[in-house]
Amino acid sequence: MVGQILFIFIAVVTLLMALGVVVARNLFHAALFLVGVFFGVATLFILLEAEFLAMAQIVIYIGAIATLIVFAIMLSRGMMGKHLGKYNKQWYFAGGAMIFFFGLVSWLLVKMPFAPVSAEAPADAIQQIGSGFVGHYVVPFEVASVLLLVALVGAIMLARERNS
Amino acid sequence: MTVPLSWYLIFATALFSLGFFGVLSRRNAVAVLMGVELMLNAVNVNLVAFWRYLTPTDLSGQIFVVFVFTVAAAEAAVGLALMISIYRTRKTINVEEINALKH
Repeated sequence: MVGQILFIFIAVVTLLMALGVVVARNLFHAALFLVGVFFGVATLFILLEAEFLAMAQIVIYIGAIATLIVFAIMLSRGMMGKHLGKYNKQWYFAGGAMIFFFGLVSWLLVKMPFAPVSAEAPADAIQQIGSGFVGHYVVPFEVASVLLLVALVGAIMLARERNS
Repeated sequence: MTVPLSWYLIFATALFSLGFFGVLSRRNAVAVLMGVELMLNAVNVNLVAFWRYLTPTDLSGQIFVVFVFTVAAAEAAVGLALMISIYRTRKTINVEEINALKH
């Protein structure tokens, strides 16, 4: 019962902040709402007993990605014309389609017979994740590191001044 | 485990829908990038919820989320660099005016 009330509280606050991300006129406010959404999702990870992912969410999303987005907003201030609205011409169509999508998927999820198993989460989950990265999942892990390297080089190449 | 699995999935669906609405309807390219981040977070919630409720002893769900983190970080870095590059050549980051491939 306490878990349900806690979940509903976190979910409602997180969804309200997600709504703030898409409706805020000031982009800086939208970025602060986005940090709130990341934090809410991290608390949901703790409710789901995935503590490593909650810490990784806070370090990577709030520490790195949100900071990067705030940098992007500060660099792009004045790039948009002030006279323009925040939404494009198809926003009502997009809103209707998303409400329809949400209704359809929620209806399917309520109808769907899931069979949850009532096993405990493993106590040494972090150790198993670590040994998984150097054992069974070593090839995807290396591919992910190559992807990060390519993104690093690509971002520098794209954003570089071309003086020649 | 008092919270049903479908509550998490419906929450993730709502988060995904809000993010997709942001991607489809915002004019500023940075706001579009924020919508993509919301969608990736919704997918992460789904993955962790399915791991906890359906296969709690097999940790592949959590490991997949770490890969989604990696892709999200790469996407944010490349997206920001693209925006700076586009602004340098087109003098705008309004996604309605970046339509060179349409004409």
